[in-house]
Amino acid sequence: MLRLPTLFRLLAFAVLIAFLVQPQWFEPLLRPLVQENAPAIYNQGSLLQLTLLHLRTVAIATAGATVVALALAILVTRRSGAEFLPLSRSLVNIGQTFPPVAVLALAVPIFGFGEKPTLIALFLYGLLPIFENALTGLTTLPPSIMEAARGTGMTGRQRLMKIELPLAMPVILAGIRLSVVISLATATIGSTVAARTLGEVIIAGLQSNNLAFVVQGGLIVAVLAVLIHDALQAAERSLGSRMGR
Amino acid sequence: MIEIEGISKRYGETTVVRDVSLTIAPRTVTVIVGTSGSGKTTLLRIINRLVEPTSGTIKLDGEDNRSLPDYELRRRIGYAIQGHGLFPHRTVAQNIATVPTLLGWDRARIEAKVNELLTLFQLDPVAFGPRYPHELSGGQQQRVGVARALAAEPKVLLMDEPFGALDPIIRAKAQDDLLAIQKHFETTIVLVTHDMEEAFHLADRIAVMDKGEVVQYATPAEMLVKPATVFVESLIGAGERPFRLLAIDTVADAVEPGVAEGEAIASSASQREALSMLLWSGRKALPVVGPDGAVIGKVSLDGLAQRAAGPT
Amino acid sequence: MQLRVDKLGVIIAALAAYGALLAPFATFRANRIVAGEARSISEALPPAWAAIILFLIITTAGIAILKTPSRLRLGTAFAMIAALALGIGAAAAHLTPPENTYARVSPASGFWILLFALGLLAADALTRLRPSPLVRVLFLSAVLGFIAAVLTSGTWDGLSLLKEYASRADTFWAEAGKHLMLALGSLAAATAVGIPLGVLCHRVARLRDGLLGVLNAIQTIPSIALFGILIAPLGWIAIHVPGAAAIGIRGIGTAPAFVALFLYSLLPVVANTVVGLAGVPREANDAARGIGMTDFQRLIGIEFPLAFPVILTGIRIVLVQNIGLATIAALIGGGGFGVFVFQGVGQTAMDLVLLGAVPTVLLAFTAAIVLDALIETVTPNRNRVQSA
Repeated sequence: MLRLPTLFRLLAFAVLIAFLVQPQWFEPLLRPLVQENAPAIYNQGSLLQLTLLHLRTVAIATAGATVVALALAILVTRRSGAEFLPLSRSLVNIGQTFPPVAVLALAVPIFGFGEKPTLIALFLYGLLPIFENALTGLTTLPPSIMEAARGTGMTGRQRLMKIELPLAMPVILAGIRLSVVISLATATIGSTVAARTLGEVIIAGLQSNNLAFVVQGGLIVAVLAVLIHDALQAAERSLGSRMGR
Repeated sequence: MIEIEGISKRYGETTVVRDVSLTIAPRTVTVIVGTSGSGKTTLLRIINRLVEPTSGTIKLDGEDNRSLPDYELRRRIGYAIQGHGLFPHRTVAQNIATVPTLLGWDRARIEAKVNELLTLFQLDPVAFGPRYPHELSGGQQQRVGVARALAAEPKVLLMDEPFGALDPIIRAKAQDDLLAIQKHFETTIVLVTHDMEEAFHLADRIAVMDKGEVVQYATPAEMLVKPATVFVESLIGAGERPFRLLAIDTVADAVEPGVAEGEAIASSASQREALSMLLWSGRKALPVVGPDGAVIGKVSLDGLAQRAAGPT
Repeated sequence: MQLRVDKLGVIIAALAAYGALLAPFATFRANRIVAGEARSISEALPPAWAAIILFLIITTAGIAILKTPSRLRLGTAFAMIAALALGIGAAAAHLTPPENTYARVSPASGFWILLFALGLLAADALTRLRPSPLVRVLFLSAVLGFIAAVLTSGTWDGLSLLKEYASRADTFWAEAGKHLMLALGSLAAATAVGIPLGVLCHRVARLRDGLLGVLNAIQTIPSIALFGILIAPLGWIAIHVPGAAAIGIRGIGTAPAFVALFLYSLLPVVANTVVGLAGVPREANDAARGIGMTDFQRLIGIEFPLAFPVILTGIRIVLVQNIGLATIAALIGGGGFGVFVFQGVGQTAMDLVLLGAVPTVLLAFTAAIVLDALIETVTPNRNRVQSA
C-alpha cells in the first residue's frame, strides 16, 4: 500500500518529468516572475538535456569517489595499512574545511575550463563523506561478530567480503548519499567554469536578471536532490532492517 | 502525614492508577511494591506532582498538594531515583546544594549543610565535595543522590527504586544507612521497589500494588500472616514466609527463661539469624546476651518454630 | 639501534623527490597574460639557495623514511615548510629581471607537491602527538604569525600573487571585511534564532519534524539558486517597505547573500540544539524536575550546559560552511573573496583565483581549528570507567 509521503514523492517525480519534457505547460506559473518580454522558460538549451548532463557529471564523480574512497578505507583498516589510519582520519577532517568553490576554482588552472575541473572537484569533494563513513562502518563492527568470524576459520578476504562489507554497507551507503546530495548542489557551481550543468540555467538567470530561470534551475536541482536522497535512504533502511538493526 | 484520597490516573483508555487511598503516618517508612507496570512509580510521582492525577486529592499535613506551584511543592519534598540522576556537569557539593540554592539559603548555611550531609553519608567533604559524579563509584553516587534529596531538610522523602543499580552487598549497606538516616532526621519516607526482600527489610508498612490498585496495605507481619490475595501470597513467596516472619522481630522478643550451652547470640539480632545459628550448630537452644553482655535467657528451636508458624 | 622504515614516510619521500627533481619549482612569465616557462629548483634559485634547499629536502626525506620520533618529524616538517616559503620568495627575486615590473613569478607544481608532502608529514606527526587544544591553537598562531612576518618582511613581494594583491590592496581588505561580515553575521543571526527554535522543537515534538523537514529542504537548494531566488523578495521589500532601503536591504548585493547564508545556517544550529537537548540524561532531567526546578531553571541550569558541546559543534559546521559559501555571494554582487575567484576564473588568471581562494581556505581552516579546540575544551570526559 502506498503511504502519503511515498505518494508525494511519486507526484513530485511525475511533475519533474513533465516539466523537463514539456516545460511550456508550466509557463503560466513562471510568467509572473519575469518582465513583460522576457522568456519564462529557459530558451538557450534543453532543460532535459542539461538535467541529464548534470546527473551524468554527478554520477561519474560519485562512482569514481566511491571506488577510490572504499578502496582507501579498506586499505587503511587492514593490518598492513593500520599506520595510515590516524592520518587518514585527520586528512578527512582537514579536507572538509576546504570550500567546494575553492576546490573548483583551483582545479581550473590545472585542468582548464569545461567539465573536467568540475568532475575533479566533485570527485575530490565527494571522496570525503564516503571515506569517512566507510571508516566508521569498518572500524565499529561488533567485536563479538569479528571474533566469531575468525573463530569459524574465515580468511581475511572472506571476512572482508562476507562479514565486514555487508555489515558496514548501510553506513557506507549513507556516506554515498551525503556525497551525492553535496555533489548535486556543487555541480551547479561548475557552470561558472563552463561545465554543462543545470547551473547554466541559474547563471543565465542571474546574468539577465530573469528570476524564472533562477527558480526553475534551483528547483530542478532541489527536487532531484530530495528524490535521490530519499531513494538512497529507503535503500539503506531496507538493507539495515534486513540485518535487524 | 500524607493522605492519599481516591487517586486515579488514566492515559487515554488505560488506567494506570485506580482509586488509591492510603494514609501514611509521619516518621515512618512506607514501601510500595509491585511488578513493573503496576502503577507504583506513577503513584509516587503523583505525590510530588511530577504526574498530575486524573482524579483524587493528596494532602500533606492536611494541606492539598495543589495549593502551591508544583516546583515549590517539590522543593519541600525530597526525591531520589534509580541511577541517582546526578547532574553530570556539577560537582558533588554543587549537586547537593541544588535545592538550598533554589530556596535562596545563604552561602555559609549551604556549605554547612553540604558538609554535614557528606559526613553523615561517610564521604569526606574535602575529598568528595569538589569531585564530579563520574569520578565516584556507583554506591557513592547513590549516596550523593540521597544526600541531595535531603539537603533542604524535607519532612517527606520519595524514593523510586533508589538501590536498583547497586550490587547486593552495597545495597544491604545502603539500606541500613537509609534506616539510620531516617531515624536521625525523622523523615517520612515513601519508597518504591519491586524487591520484596528490600520491602520487608525497610518497611513499617507495605502497600502492594497490582494493575493500578492497592491490593493490600499492612505491616510486614500482617501481610505475612494474612496475605489479602493470591497475588500478594505469590509476591511474598510461599516458601519464604516463615523466614521472613522471623526476620521482622529481634531475639529480645523471643527470649525464654532458662540456660543453654555454647556460643551466645545478641538480643538485637533477628530471630531469623538465631534460627540459622541453631540449625547450623545443631543445638536445641542458644544463650541470649543483652546489650551489656550479660546472659538474659535462651532462645529455643521449639520457641522459634511456634513463632514462625502461620495461622491455622 | 635498528633502523626501521616508515611506510607513510616512503610515500612522502617519493612525493618530495618528484616535486624537487622532476616537477618545476617556479613558473616565469614575461607578463601577466602569456604562457609560463617552467623552472626547476636549480634554475629558479641562486646556486647557494638551491644547494641548501636540496640538502634540506634530502634530510627531510631521510627523517620521513626512517621511523623517527614524532616531535622530530613535526619540527622537520615545519622547518622545511619555512625554508620553502623563504625559497619561493628568493626564486621570485632571482628570476625577475631588475627593474622589470611586468614579469611574473609564481610557485609551480613542484612547489605545491613539496608543500603537500610536508603537510602530510606534519599532519601525521600532529595526529600521533595528539596535542591538547591549547597547544593546537598555539601552533596555529605560530603558523599564522610566521605567514604574517614573511608577508610584512617583503620576502614574497616578487611573487605574482602579491603583485595581484598590491594592485588591489584596497579592494582586498574591503572584500575581506564583507566576507567576514557575511560569514560571521549570518552565523550570529542563525545562532540567535536557531537556538531558541531548537529549544522549541525539543519541547514541541510536532513542530520538530515539520521545521527540520523545511530546513532540510532548504539545504538541498543549490547555493547559487538560493542566492538568486532571494533577489526578488528582497528587491520587493527594498521598494515597498519604508526604511528598508536605508538600512542596506537591496535586491542584489549583500542582503540576499546574508539571508541565504542565514537560511543555510539554521539547520545545523537547530538540529544540533535538538540533538544536544535530547542527549541530556533522562534521570538528570527527572531529578531536576523532582527537586523543584522550574522549566526555565532546568533549561538554563541543566539542559543547556549539558547540550552546549553539541550546539557548539553545530556552530562549527555553520562557520566553516559559511566561510566557503560566502564566496558564492560574489555572483550576485554580494562581495567577499569570491569576487577575486570569479574574476580570476573569468580572466583565466590563476593568481587572482588564488588571491580569493587562499584567504578563504586559510580562514576556514583557522575557524575549524579554533572551534575544534573550543569544543574539546568544553566537552567533559565522562566516558571513563565508573569505578573508584
